[in-house]
Amino acid sequence: MNLHEFLLSPDESARREGPHNKIVMSSRVRLARNIKGAAFPGWAKKADRIKTLDIVRPAVESLPQMADHFSETMDNLTLLDKNILVERHLISREHAAKNAGSGLVFNREETLCVMINEEDHLRMQALRPGLQLKQAWQAIDQVDSKLEKKLEYAFSPDIGYLTACPTNLGTGIRVSAMLHLPGLVLAEQINQIIQAVNKLGLAVRGLYGEGTEALGNVFQVSNQMTLGEAETDIVERLSKVLSQIIEHEENARGTLLEKKPKTVHNHIGRAYGILANAHSISSKETMNLLSLMRLGVDLGLFPDLDRAPVDELFVITQPNHLQKRYSDKLTAEERDLLRADMLRERLRAVSRPKPKPTPPTGGAEKA
Amino acid sequence: MLCCVCKEKEAKVHLTQIVGDKMQKVDLCEGCAAQKGVNDPAGFSLADLLLGLGATQETEQAAGGGDLKCSNCGFTQADFKKAGRLGCSECYVTFSEGLDGLLKTMHKGTKHMGKVPHALQQSRELSDRLKSLQKKLDKAVTDEDFEQAASMRDEIKATKEKLAALATN
Repeated sequence: MNLHEFLLSPDESARREGPHNKIVMSSRVRLARNIKGAAFPGWAKKADRIKTLDIVRPAVESLPQMADHFSETMDNLTLLDKNILVERHLISREHAAKNAGSGLVFNREETLCVMINEEDHLRMQALRPGLQLKQAWQAIDQVDSKLEKKLEYAFSPDIGYLTACPTNLGTGIRVSAMLHLPGLVLAEQINQIIQAVNKLGLAVRGLYGEGTEALGNVFQVSNQMTLGEAETDIVERLSKVLSQIIEHEENARGTLLEKKPKTVHNHIGRAYGILANAHSISSKETMNLLSLMRLGVDLGLFPDLDRAPVDELFVITQPNHLQKRYSDKLTAEERDLLRADMLRERLRAVSRPKPKPTPPTGGAEKA
Repeated sequence: MLCCVCKEKEAKVHLTQIVGDKMQKVDLCEGCAAQKGVNDPAGFSLADLLLGLGATQETEQAAGGGDLKCSNCGFTQADFKKAGRLGCSECYVTFSEGLDGLLKTMHKGTKHMGKVPHALQQSRELSDRLKSLQKKLDKAVTDEDFEQAASMRDEIKATKEKLAALATN
C-alpha cells in the first residue's frame, strides 16, 4: 500500500486534541524488547536480521490493535518517505537510516508504531496528543502482553528485559512528552528548568530526540533510568515533573504579559510580519517564528486563527514535506522560496495580531 | 604510592570517581594504565558520550581484563568497548561480572522492579507454591498425618503438571 495514501493528512493530524495541548504537543511511551538468543540488530548479520524481521513482523501485524495497519520493510521505502516519517515523529532518525532487515508497522490512527530491528529487535511506541502518559503506557503495555505470547523475549528475572544498550535495560521503557515552551525561553528561565529536570535523572532533548536542537522552542522530556524502578513509578514521576513544567510555563507567560507586554507583542508581531510577507525563508527560521505565532494564538492575539493550522504549518514547512509536495528535486534555496510562498498563502486570511490593551499603570492588572 | 594493579611500580595515573556518596580511587603505573586503556582517550570516548561522564572507569571494568567472548554470538569485550552496546541477550551472562558496576552508575538500582512476562510470572508463582507444598508434605510425614500427606502429594502432582504444561507452551 502507498505510504502517503495511508498517512493521516498533516491537517487531520494537527486537529487531534489532548489534555494540556497548549503546552504539551504529544505524549509517547516506548518499550524496547529483544528475541531470546538472537544477535541484536547492530551486531547481527544481514541474513539474521531478515530472519528476525520475518518472525517479528507477522506477530506485530496480527495484533488486534493493528487491525488496520501500514507495514513495510525499510529497503522498500525511499529516503524521502523515511525522512517524512521522521518529520511526523513516527520513526527515529536512526531507523530512517536502516535498510534491508529492518521494518516498520503502524496503525491507521498513528497511535501505535513498531520499529523492527532499530537498535533493538522491537521498539514499540504508543503515541497520544497532549498530556496522556498513563494512557500511552496502558496502551503499549497491552500490546506488549499480546506480543509476549507469540515471541520469546530475552528476559532475566534479575535485570529484566535485555536490550542492546545497557542504558535501556530492565523495563526498556522511555516515557516522553514533547513540550512547547516559548514562555520559559523568552523569560530566559529555560536553562534553569533544564538543569533542575536533569538533576531529577530526566533528560531534556530537542525536537527530533537525541542530539538534536530545540527548534521552535520544542523540547522533549524523558526518563533516562530504566532499571530498578517499575514502569508505573516512572510514568508517575515524569507526570509530576511535567505538571510542574506546565505550571512554570504558564507562570512565565503570565509574568511576561504583565511585566513586558511590549516585548511579547513585539516578538509575536515581528514573527507574523516575516512569516506573512517573506519571499524566502529557511526551515529553522520558520520553526522559530511559528513557535511565536503559536504563542500568540494561545495568548488570544489572533482571534481568527486556531492552533491546528499553525501546528500543521510546523509539519508541512519541513524540508522533506516540502520536497514531497513538489515533484522536482529541490535545492535548499528553492525550498526556501516555496516555503515562503506557502506561508504567505496560508497566512493571507489571518489578520495582524491584536495586542490586548495594556492595563493602565497603577490600575487593575487584568481587563 | 604503588600501582594498585601490579603493586610493583610507582603509580603515576590517579583516577577518582564519586558515585552517590561513595568515592573510588584507582592509582596506576604508566604501564598498567596503558594496558587498561586509561591514557587512550579515543578508546572510551564513545562510552563516555553514551553513558555520561563517570561511566568510563566502569566501562573499563566491564570491558577490560581478559579476553571474554560470548559463546552465543561471538561478541568480545573489545567490541563492547568500541560500540557501547552488546551483541545478544546472552552477552549479559558472558559479561555479567563487569556490567554490574556500569549498571550502578546508570540506573536507579540493579534489580529489575517492573513488568515480568506473564508466563514467567505464572511459572514463578507455581514454583513458589511447589516449594511450600513440599514443606507441608515433609511436616505431615514427620507428624505422621498421612491424610494430610496424601492430599499434599496430590496437590504437588497437580502443580507439577501445570508447570510442565507451561513449559511446553
